[in-house]
Amino acid sequence: MSIQHRFGSMFRYIVTLLGIIAIAGGTSRGAEVDRRREASHPDVDPVVTFVDEQIRQAWEDNEVTPSERADDAEWLRRVSLDIVGHISTADEIEAFLADESEAKRADVVERLLDNSAYVTNWTHVWTNLLLGRQTPRRTSRDGMEKFLREAFTKNRPWNDVVYDLLTAEGHYEENGAVNFLLGQLDGNPNSEDYTVEATARVTRLFLGTQVQCTQCHDHPFNDWKHVQFWEFDSFLKQMRRVDHRKTDPKTGQRVDDYSELVWRNYEGPVYFERRSGVMEVAYPRYVDQEFDSKKETDRRLELAKVMAHDDPDHQVARAMVNRMWGHFLGYGFTRPVDDMGPHNPPSHPDVLDRLTDEFAASGYDLKKLIRWITSSEAYHLTSRFNDKNRIDDPSAGEVPLFSHMYVKPFTAEQLYESLLIATQAGESVGNYQQAEERRQRWMREFLLIFGGNEQDEPTLFSGTIPQALMMMNGELVQSAGSGEPGSTLHAVLSDSRLKSDALRVHKLYLSSLGRPPSRRETSMSQKLINSNPDKLAAYQDLYWALLNSNEFVMNH
Amino acid sequence: MSHQPTAISHPRGMSRRHFLSHLATSSLMAPAAAHFLSNLQTHAAEIQKNRKACILVWLQGGAPTIDMWDLKPDAKTGGEFNPIATAGDMQICEHLPETAKVMDSLSLVRSMSTREADHERGRYYMHTAFVPNPTVVHPTFGSVVSYELSPQRPELEIPAFISIGGGSFGPGFLGMAHAPFVVSGDGQIRNAELAGMDPRRLNQRLQALSVVEETFINSDRGELPVAHKDVYGKAVNLMTSQQMRAFKADEESQQTRDLYGSTDFGISLIMARRLVETGVPFVEVQFPGSWDLHNDVFNSLRDVGLPKLDKGLAGLTRDLKERGLWDDTVIVCMGEFGRTPRINQNVGRDHWARSWSVCLGGGGLTGGIAVGETNEDGTQIIGKSYLPGDLWATVAHALRIPLDRVHKSKRGRPMKLAGGGTPIAELIG
Repeated sequence: MSIQHRFGSMFRYIVTLLGIIAIAGGTSRGAEVDRRREASHPDVDPVVTFVDEQIRQAWEDNEVTPSERADDAEWLRRVSLDIVGHISTADEIEAFLADESEAKRADVVERLLDNSAYVTNWTHVWTNLLLGRQTPRRTSRDGMEKFLREAFTKNRPWNDVVYDLLTAEGHYEENGAVNFLLGQLDGNPNSEDYTVEATARVTRLFLGTQVQCTQCHDHPFNDWKHVQFWEFDSFLKQMRRVDHRKTDPKTGQRVDDYSELVWRNYEGPVYFERRSGVMEVAYPRYVDQEFDSKKETDRRLELAKVMAHDDPDHQVARAMVNRMWGHFLGYGFTRPVDDMGPHNPPSHPDVLDRLTDEFAASGYDLKKLIRWITSSEAYHLTSRFNDKNRIDDPSAGEVPLFSHMYVKPFTAEQLYESLLIATQAGESVGNYQQAEERRQRWMREFLLIFGGNEQDEPTLFSGTIPQALMMMNGELVQSAGSGEPGSTLHAVLSDSRLKSDALRVHKLYLSSLGRPPSRRETSMSQKLINSNPDKLAAYQDLYWALLNSNEFVMNH
Repeated sequence: MSHQPTAISHPRGMSRRHFLSHLATSSLMAPAAAHFLSNLQTHAAEIQKNRKACILVWLQGGAPTIDMWDLKPDAKTGGEFNPIATAGDMQICEHLPETAKVMDSLSLVRSMSTREADHERGRYYMHTAFVPNPTVVHPTFGSVVSYELSPQRPELEIPAFISIGGGSFGPGFLGMAHAPFVVSGDGQIRNAELAGMDPRRLNQRLQALSVVEETFINSDRGELPVAHKDVYGKAVNLMTSQQMRAFKADEESQQTRDLYGSTDFGISLIMARRLVETGVPFVEVQFPGSWDLHNDVFNSLRDVGLPKLDKGLAGLTRDLKERGLWDDTVIVCMGEFGRTPRINQNVGRDHWARSWSVCLGGGGLTGGIAVGETNEDGTQIIGKSYLPGDLWATVAHALRIPLDRVHKSKRGRPMKLAGGGTPIAELIG
């Protein structure tokens, strides 16, 4: 655990003490199970022990038997996709499979957390969440990414990041944090709707609460009331975007310059209209705490303080824990992960509570949270069903029991980055800038094919005809299979150590699917190669099939 | 290998029958590939029954309908154009002379009042019949038609909702299967060409793919791997389908192209007609060029927008009638809103959603009438006004989609068809 984020408050010592007591308790209760755990995880964390016990209890209660532990190949592919956003190289896989150390899985997690791709991956994940995949007008995606890159590089406490995103002011490139709120602001600052999007997104992303419906009426199931939407909204009233223009010296035309987020004078309540037509007022209020609505009050600052530091329920931590669990396990404790509340009880309330408290107590340490989640027993299970957990199928609407890993379709980013790894196509691209340009070009193409900016499921690689066409015939996969020097195909075919077709096929399977071929697959491949006098063409066809397969585009 | 192809390539790509004949003799025929391909052969032989379709001509930017469909020559807001008589019971702009000749078939709704005067919000509202709402993403009406009618058209090998020239909106909660299939204005389809690939080779690839996919499916990991295989099946169908010829508007005679005005817009409309003939129930055509005329509205309309629209719209109407498709095909021509009656200092008109017009016809709707009216300067509607939901309900009626259909959002919230709109009585009479 990193020392830098421990503030040493009395509270945290108590939590740590409780944790130690929990270890002692855990050992005496389920000694056999814990010994088994310790064999694979020499440093069993009491938090992980607790999580595992709770999840196992739910298996027992629901009479399911968990699937077996995933083999090393399946698990490595998964953890790599989840932490750094892409598959591993064939060399890394071979090294991992050959490693006989008992701690090798925990070691991989550490290596991935230290990898620069960890920063890139989470920067992309959060830029997409904060801004959407299509950048809102007059908003700097680069500025947003720069802010996040720094946050993930330094492993900044998550509550500090949230605090900055809520309170930021200034130039959209000089202070990249402003872009989150800037991206939600459009139109007339005096309009009552000006901050509605911001309210909806702040509550959804940082509090895991969907309040949009309460913009217009009391929520039919949620305990948020109509007035609460506007109470929250009134925290965000003291800001506006300013879009600067300048004269282009070459053309003499007025063109867009920078944008900034600035203070806007605002005092008093927000007025809103009931469906009955009656106007009502809402003062800034967070849960039970009301704030002065005088103009001297810096409302965003007050909101950020209470959300990031003073909230006894740690809702910001809870929202992040739920989202992160969902990221790694495929489903969060609530569905969707950002719609928590009494109307939508979590599947494993004790796990969620405990992880929330521990995450807050750790100083909102994201890497610590990732270590806990990836060390959990559930995270190490195979994605195969067995006959005794077939009911554990959240895609059919069931409450997740985490008795096997759920299959997650690749995101656009995971697909792109993994194709680069699988084909080594990235090797031939020059510097970071060129690589980034190419990535953005591809993402644009991808967006074009998706044709939308919808926030939830459709942004996943959900499988449409244009996507399939892009994979089958598109530039990226075509060039991947070209067999040019530097490509995986070229390397495999010219590697003198790979003396037989079987060895070469083996290598191609590792490079794409992260596992050795089955016997049937080996014989299919051999037949394919034998039937074609043009060896390169035969290997191209095989690799095309591997990259186009369901297994390649799924994290399982 | 026993397979001996007689001809590897075809002058213009591989025809479907040709492709199938190759596969039929191939010893490497993958069972799965054989399955979906043989299905298609059966379907191709079927005769189509339900021919109802809608072509949405989208005037991106918001067209100044006060200068097109509802002129006010005596008002200060009236602008530079004069109305002319038409074959129908209304007058329209003098720069739409060809359309005027077919106005006995088309009708106008001159009393649209749609409240959303922002481009994105207006686009959303007019496409979906729902006001944008952060809690739910509504399907564009083309997706609704795809959802409702594609199950009745098993013979259709290409997507049921095609958007020509980009644009449109997504399928929202109806799911990606009903997303618009977007092609460029000239019918180019991204990544769909076999690119001269030997069908034998494609078959080898598909066979290898089939083994890998089935290995994963058989490893018992739920529904997603199976869904993936299905989508690939559809994509291969598309690549090899004879119905793809519908996108090749250049196969039409010069005479037909002239009928539509021999423009880029005309080509898109010809393609729309070919798609409808093939059985596609919803085609959206983006007018190439923007109607967002904040400046110099009259010159732009007279010189650029109206001549192209005029010939295209009239050509499409005539062509559909000549081919006996008119009574089955609804045309709707509109953008996200109208434009201000007031003429601004740049001789332009700004966004205006309060009182504007839409042109539509075909599919059994009453032609030759103007429904509703605006006041003397076009700023107010006199009497009853209509919402986008009423327009789409009218289209649904024409397409024989029951109006009491309710779709469920992802959270189970019931959503009425066309936002609960009511068909416009005068048009369905």
